[in-house]
Amino acid sequence: MPTVAKGDAMRGLAVFISDIRNCKSKEAEQKRINKELANIRSKFKGDKTLDGYSKKKYVCKLLFIFLLGHDIDFGHMEAVNLLSSNKYTEKQIGYLFISVLVNTESELIRLIIQAIKNDLFTRNPVHICLALQCIANIGSKEMAEALAPEIPKLIVSGETLDAVKQSACLCLLRLFRTSPETVPSGEWTQRVGHLLNDQHLGVVTSATSLIHTLAQKTPEDFRQCVQLAISRLSRIVTSSYTDLQDYTYYFVPAPWLSVKLLRLLQVYPPPEDPAMRGRLNECLETILNKAQEPPKSKKVQHSNAKNAVLFEAINLIIHHDTEPTLLVRACNQLGQFLQHRETNLRYLALESMCLLASSEFSHEAVKKHMDTVITALKTERDVSVRQRAVDLLYGMCDKSNAEEIVAEMLSYLETADYSIREEMVLKVAILAEKYPVDYTWYVDTILNLIRIAGDYVSDEVWYRVIQIVINRDDVQGYAAKVVFEALQAPACHENMVKVGGYILGEFGNLIAGDQRSSPMVQFQLLHSKYHLCSAPTRGLLLSTYIKFINLFPEIKGQLQDVLRNNNNLQNADAELQQRAIEYLQLSTVASQDVLATVLEEMPPFPERESSILAKLKKKKPNVSDIEVKEGKKSSNPPTLNNSAANTPEATPASAPVPVMAAAPAPAPVQSASDDLLGLSAGPAAAVPVTNNFAAPAAPAGGGGLLVDVFDTPPAQNNVSTALAPQAEDNFFKFAIKNNGVLFENELLQIGVKAEYKGNLGRLGLFYGNKTSYPFQFFTPTVSCPGELASALNVQTKPLDVNTVEGGAQVQQIINVECIADFLDAPILSIKFSYSGSMQQINLMLPVMLNKFFEPVEMDATTFFNRWKQLNSPGQEEQKIFKATYPINQDNSRTKLLGFGFGLLDGVDPNPDNFVGAGIIKAQSSQVGCLLRLEPNMQAQMYRLTLRTSSNSVTTRLADLLLKLF
Amino acid sequence: MIKAIVVFNNHGKPRLIKFFQHYNEDMQQQIVRETFHLVSKRDENVCNFLEGGSLIGGSDYKIIYRHYATLYFVFCVDSSESELGILDLIQVFVETLDKAFENVCELDLIFHVDKVHYILQELVMGGMVLETNMTEIVTRIEEQSKLEKSEAGLAGAPARVVSAAKNLDLPKLPSNIQLPNLPSFR
Repeated sequence: MPTVAKGDAMRGLAVFISDIRNCKSKEAEQKRINKELANIRSKFKGDKTLDGYSKKKYVCKLLFIFLLGHDIDFGHMEAVNLLSSNKYTEKQIGYLFISVLVNTESELIRLIIQAIKNDLFTRNPVHICLALQCIANIGSKEMAEALAPEIPKLIVSGETLDAVKQSACLCLLRLFRTSPETVPSGEWTQRVGHLLNDQHLGVVTSATSLIHTLAQKTPEDFRQCVQLAISRLSRIVTSSYTDLQDYTYYFVPAPWLSVKLLRLLQVYPPPEDPAMRGRLNECLETILNKAQEPPKSKKVQHSNAKNAVLFEAINLIIHHDTEPTLLVRACNQLGQFLQHRETNLRYLALESMCLLASSEFSHEAVKKHMDTVITALKTERDVSVRQRAVDLLYGMCDKSNAEEIVAEMLSYLETADYSIREEMVLKVAILAEKYPVDYTWYVDTILNLIRIAGDYVSDEVWYRVIQIVINRDDVQGYAAKVVFEALQAPACHENMVKVGGYILGEFGNLIAGDQRSSPMVQFQLLHSKYHLCSAPTRGLLLSTYIKFINLFPEIKGQLQDVLRNNNNLQNADAELQQRAIEYLQLSTVASQDVLATVLEEMPPFPERESSILAKLKKKKPNVSDIEVKEGKKSSNPPTLNNSAANTPEATPASAPVPVMAAAPAPAPVQSASDDLLGLSAGPAAAVPVTNNFAAPAAPAGGGGLLVDVFDTPPAQNNVSTALAPQAEDNFFKFAIKNNGVLFENELLQIGVKAEYKGNLGRLGLFYGNKTSYPFQFFTPTVSCPGELASALNVQTKPLDVNTVEGGAQVQQIINVECIADFLDAPILSIKFSYSGSMQQINLMLPVMLNKFFEPVEMDATTFFNRWKQLNSPGQEEQKIFKATYPINQDNSRTKLLGFGFGLLDGVDPNPDNFVGAGIIKAQSSQVGCLLRLEPNMQAQMYRLTLRTSSNSVTTRLADLLLKLF
Repeated sequence: MIKAIVVFNNHGKPRLIKFFQHYNEDMQQQIVRETFHLVSKRDENVCNFLEGGSLIGGSDYKIIYRHYATLYFVFCVDSSESELGILDLIQVFVETLDKAFENVCELDLIFHVDKVHYILQELVMGGMVLETNMTEIVTRIEEQSKLEKSEAGLAGAPARVVSAAKNLDLPKLPSNIQLPNLPSFR
């Protein structure tokens, strides 16, 4: 039975739509729409109240107009009014209008929220569902704040209908995504987990989605779900397709739910309990086995559903990465799919295999499929699939097959789709560098890359080849020879001219002995390209010419003619003009000796991460994982830039970033588009490029140095608010001392020196850069969360620099004032960029209540009098606890004194016990504190009794003291 | 998560636009155009997945689509969704439309925009799969239709009463009916 009879459509709407469809021109259509909009507007504005049918008709018309791409700026109020209608049809159309047309910033959102609230509290499930749908569709922050607390009740209530529960789960999920803080975990989180056992598979599916997202945030809260998910999955995969009836889709039992459960399990590591693990492995094996069974239906839907589950199971196997047999089976299964006639399966197989390639257990197995993948690259008709093939070849590449893979990729590059060329170029460049057969091969490969796909070779790639050639003296002559040959091609890419210009400028002398590549020939060859090049390349060539003047004094005249040429001397481009003038002057004024010093060969570049890799990571954030794993696996990967170690004197350890090294030494490394020369010293200080030395690390300066990685503010921010590990331990050590190391990792050390007087304190923080690279954008901030802001006054002096050089230390002064007693510590959060990635470290600033403690001396009578006075509940705190450290009379004494107590000897009859007193000095109040600490040597226990006039102070001091003994 | 669901015809005319993340109208139309551009130039029987266009988030998102006669059904999803699962979901959507409209065609989508939205709402909510069981979805849609019908009945009721009253020959009431005196309350 058709649910919608075709005849009952609204006539007015049908007429309008037909009109629009009959419009011959865009203008006619616009005219008809404007007429209709005016009509609806007047209807809405009119005094006569419209009946439900008309409202529905007009809203449908507006929806249609919206679909055609026209802005609808009215009708919102009418839609909101429809929400409070009692009629289902009107309410429904109102909700539809709002979820399609109302944006989250609408000023009507309050009214909408109120209407939704009303519907949420009705007992009519249909209305509740409409409301939930609307929340899930809009999901704005205001909605989350106003409504999120209500949703969990619906989910866990026993009275809620399944359909409502289902919607409520997804609704909550949406709100959690919008603003997680409005969905606090609570008792309901436990009960949501148990929905995995629900009778209704629709509810289980929604609940799994919800749990999956929540568990990604707080995995601990949902650990019990692993077991539930495994047993549910096991019941599904072992059921026959008739068991689940309506949730069987083309003979596959509950495929969506299976996929979701397998995804949920990917949040967690493999279960430790052997029974659970066994059961899960059984499930995975069953799924793999089913793939081998003959299909129950020829329909593509059957195979899709079956394989959706299979691929997800393989993803889980790869995620666990612990079961070699399963991994190999998965790999074989994917190998079968690589040759499947369904394109979709080939695509997915390539994608999943890419993940497998990074697993130790299956890397070798993946490599067996190389030929198939190469064939795919050549023969696939679909660019999406070819792209996956490129990814996989990149992923499976190692030393053994690099030569072949790079050759295949290069040959494919000639015909590759434009959309994937740039990425392929980067990948070829990285592979060639990472697994070089030898250096001549590397140079050949990169030059081929420029020849084949010059337009797609980004600056990073050709910077890199120059960097490597300069660092390897055994390849320099070869490089000069091949660039010379490459430049002889009638049409060669500008990038080739850049590489050629740079390399010949440095090493042209190595091939000058051959008559066919004499200095004059080299110069003429380069200069024949000069007029075809852009200004930056011409600038580079001018630098090559001045280098030639040094290398080949015999052609100085011709070179000076070029510099003297009016085209250059009066060039509109200021940079070219300046270079021409200054180089000409330099070549005229300076003696051969000075020239030889100034124009000396480039010193080796210090070793650093390939900037190409950084670029690829930026383009495709997901490749970085593969890189990390591969780096681990090949314990000793050959790298090309290891020669930097041969010349340590050129790279002072304190500043190994080349731009900086260049500043004092006659060892210039500037942007290739700027200069090849080291003119920073002596008479040539007026040369424009010196600007670069002055501000070597300024992000705007230098324009594309090889160190671009360091200059660009990092793209990805892995900012979190979690405290750094060991932060808490170190923090508590500061309870009894004022100076020491607060934090240390492989990058950064933070030392603290503090002094306190009364309610005031001053902290000196010392940030030490332990690496030899600078920290950029270094910004420490101190914040007082919550109530602390009113109890503690913190003044931070901002740092006067925002870069901490390698090996350097900067100091920051922080003043604190205690206003009232407080519990939490201020948070010190440090952000900086280290070699292109953003680092964040969160620490607790070691400012605790007892820092504002002053010791008090009193006699036994006074002490006991006061002790007795402080007897109301809450004023005393008694703790009996096991000693963490060995009990030692002297140590305890030092700790208590360090904590700030005045120790009163002879008050307690037992000499082993301690009695102490002190005053917390806050600006608003002063709190007297009395202490008694009784050690028990036999039991290795302490009894601690504290009495103060303030409840919160008592608790806090007791907690602090507990950590010390 | 599903970021957007778009249905357009072979000429790129949108027939259904549903975004689960807010974009303004202009951007929505641009995304539809871009997606049409990406999808329409692909041959039949190539694979059904491709990387998202730059407007919708680039390679972090996938476009998963199916082409039925004159219509493209396009889902834009993030990496947390199974590609084949979404492909099946599109099939469920279309089969449900087919059941609801009896041999669904492009015109049904044009003239019953509201119905199409209601069906989609039963299938996907806030970007997540809500229900995949076709029988259940069809039942829910039928329930909605029943509700609509009954309300249409109610709305029509007063008119029917009036016309019925006009034709009714009421027996004349006696003009003087003696009512018994009610005892007054104390």
